[in-house]
Amino acid sequence: MAAPFDLTDNDVVVIIGTGAGGGVLANELAQKGVSVVALEAGGRYLPQDYVNDEWESFGQLAWTDPRTTSGDWRVAKDFSGLPAWIVKAIGGSTTHWAGASLRFQEHEWKTASVYGDVEGASLLDWPIDAAEMAPWYDKAEEKLGVTNTGGREPLPGNNNYLVFEKGAKALGYTQVHTGNMAINSATNDERAACRQTGFCFQGCKWGAKWSSAYTDVPRGEATGNLEVRENAHVARILHDDQGKANGVEYFDKDGNLQLQKARVVCVAGNSIESPRLLLNSASTLFPDGLANSSGQVGRNYMRHMTGSVYALFDKPVKMWRGTTMAGIIQDESIHDPSRGFVGGYEMETLALGIPFMAAFLNPGAWGREFTTALDGYENMAGMWLVGEDMPQESNGITLNTDVTDQYGLPVANVHFDDHPNDVAMRNHAYKQGMAVYEAAGATRTMPTPPYPSTHNLGTNRMSDKPADGVVNRWGQAHDVSNLFVSDGSQFTTGAAENPTLTIVALAMRQAEHIASEMNQKNL
Amino acid sequence: MTVKTITRVDRQVPKSGMTRRELLKGATALGTTFVTGTGFLAASDAAWATELNALKPETFATLVQMARDIYPHDHIADEYYVIAVKGYDSEQHAKATEAGIATLNAAARIKGHTSYLGAGWEAERVEVLEIMQNLPFFQQVRGGLVTGLYNQKAVWPLFGYEGESFTQGGYLDRGFNDINWL
Ligand SMILES: Cc1cc2nc3c(=O)[nH]c(=O)nc-3n(C[C@H](O)[C@H](O)[C@H](O)COP(=O)(O)OP(=O)(O)OC[C@H]3O[C@@H](n4cnc5c(N)ncnc54)[C@H](O)[C@@H]3O)c2cc1C
Ligand code: SF4
Repeated sequence: MAAPFDLTDNDVVVIIGTGAGGGVLANELAQKGVSVVALEAGGRYLPQDYVNDEWESFGQLAWTDPRTTSGDWRVAKDFSGLPAWIVKAIGGSTTHWAGASLRFQEHEWKTASVYGDVEGASLLDWPIDAAEMAPWYDKAEEKLGVTNTGGREPLPGNNNYLVFEKGAKALGYTQVHTGNMAINSATNDERAACRQTGFCFQGCKWGAKWSSAYTDVPRGEATGNLEVRENAHVARILHDDQGKANGVEYFDKDGNLQLQKARVVCVAGNSIESPRLLLNSASTLFPDGLANSSGQVGRNYMRHMTGSVYALFDKPVKMWRGTTMAGIIQDESIHDPSRGFVGGYEMETLALGIPFMAAFLNPGAWGREFTTALDGYENMAGMWLVGEDMPQESNGITLNTDVTDQYGLPVANVHFDDHPNDVAMRNHAYKQGMAVYEAAGATRTMPTPPYPSTHNLGTNRMSDKPADGVVNRWGQAHDVSNLFVSDGSQFTTGAAENPTLTIVALAMRQAEHIASEMNQKNL
Repeated sequence: MTVKTITRVDRQVPKSGMTRRELLKGATALGTTFVTGTGFLAASDAAWATELNALKPETFATLVQMARDIYPHDHIADEYYVIAVKGYDSEQHAKATEAGIATLNAAARIKGHTSYLGAGWEAERVEVLEIMQNLPFFQQVRGGLVTGLYNQKAVWPLFGYEGESFTQGGYLDRGFNDINWL
């Protein structure tokens, strides 16, 4: 049957969320002839709709439904209602994302084995490895058009990059380049080349940056096998007496509760909403939440070790001109415990406009130390630090039944305490980041605290063993055979790299698995 | 908000105007702000003027100075700070704002000044703000300024920030890599 599909059609795969995981999975299944209904809480915005204005764009795209926070992380104090920066729109956070697309390093699939016992960390080896993922990474890089891979040219370095590169080389770093970016350096895949407008975080108005909003989603729809329902907020996943998923309840654009039947259900709401949805789907058969016999749903939340370094120079940089994040130093991404921590981190160029800089440079700060930094905005360069953080069982998503959203559903509370390894890594990264800019002649450097989380991972983690993970090697729930997790929440550990390329590779691999299992009538 | 252009402000202190006299003392500290009549506040050089709806003029003048002391940018004129805090001059916020500024003036007196505006040096006023900084009123004013001040499009060029570039075709041909001093 061709789209649109009937609410009572119980032969469809229902996908919840259309971001990096859900949007790709929807298209890949549709291309294989599978009938798919994708339900997306947000609306549809395309390049012509994006607004190159930081706060206005945030208002247009960001997920601002209530959430709460707890734990010792500074975000809980500075942005208590905004633990994460995630998009609510078709395309999910791939509208906001900067496009940095890196593969995991080989050892990062097996950190429990490689790092050994780390006190307080719930490290676990992934049930899959680099060799198994290599062909999927090839496909994902091809789909996203990642620069510096597959014969694609690198992006040219902008001002922010040139300062960063100069400092890096002066310091003796050698792995310095303009990144592996899902941004076209030349016309590719019917999308334009980057025009260096800046505002990659606000949605690329040229379509030079890959986003599932204007690639995978419409291409899937064009097959006639995919129906995307926007402004459809899934409230609950339903199951039959045997414990198999058989439909989802969602609030449609008018706030009416609808029931869509399903043959398979795939959850891809990002690592905060996906566990929230499973927990909100508790039933007599699954009293602790759907697919939660392990008790691991919502646990092991990771957000990457992050921080930024901004620096002032005696002459103009104009860092906001050009791509937001096309620049990387990879020398520190190795695992070298002699630095005082396990795992590694990447240093990536980053520019914010004046409105966001004022909000994020040092939240809560006031007075001349703060304002003289902004006075130097034109002479400022910036980088983001992103590294592997330690999964901890106690970090995670729980339901806050005291606070409900516009549909009366309990909201997610996001609890996070830094692990000592995260703190040690951040301090090292600050020191190195400041050294990079000092080597380039900075007159002042500023170690800037983490922003609300953009990389949200690990809350439905993958493990071969049903006792310590929510999903198996295919992202399939151990407890519910026709329920899949298709987003960053299946990450067993986080690695140092920005996660989206891996989310996309996993979604492509999962699509092939689901299609073949459906063909064999195993699903 | 109503902004009127005025020719020249009468700098004479009316004999009866005790509050105004006090304000003018403050205005000396401010250097730029004058009350010219009931509910009307203006810059001495006529760069800006605003009609007040709900707040006492001296309250509003103090609030503007407070805003500048929280986020001092010497190259940014008062009018931008006025716009940033004008929202407090409403029926809804007036009571809490009058109370907050009264607390600020009380804190100033603890530090030996006649009022907040009576403290001549920024460093002296900052000492007063430090007493205030954990109070909800201070946090509200500071938090509001983050967007109220820095998200004014007219302020961006004063920091060199160019805003959107899409309508000009981006920076590909307009200096995305024009740094020349490295
Ligand atoms: C500013 C910013 C910059 C970033 N830069 C990079 C980068 O350079 N490189 C990188 O690798 N990553 C980057 N990321 C992270 C990247 O965007 C995410 O890792 C990725 O998009 C996550 O994919 P996902 O499928 O897990 O979730 P998302 O892409 O967030 O998609 C989840 C979708 O599910 C929808 N949804 C949630 N709950 C429900 C519900 N109940 N019913 C219906 N729909 C629902 C949401 O509305 C959303 O559209 C960045 C993120 C941000 C915010
Ligand atoms: S800098 Fe390039 S990728 Fe980023 S928004 Fe502009 S055109 Fe798109």
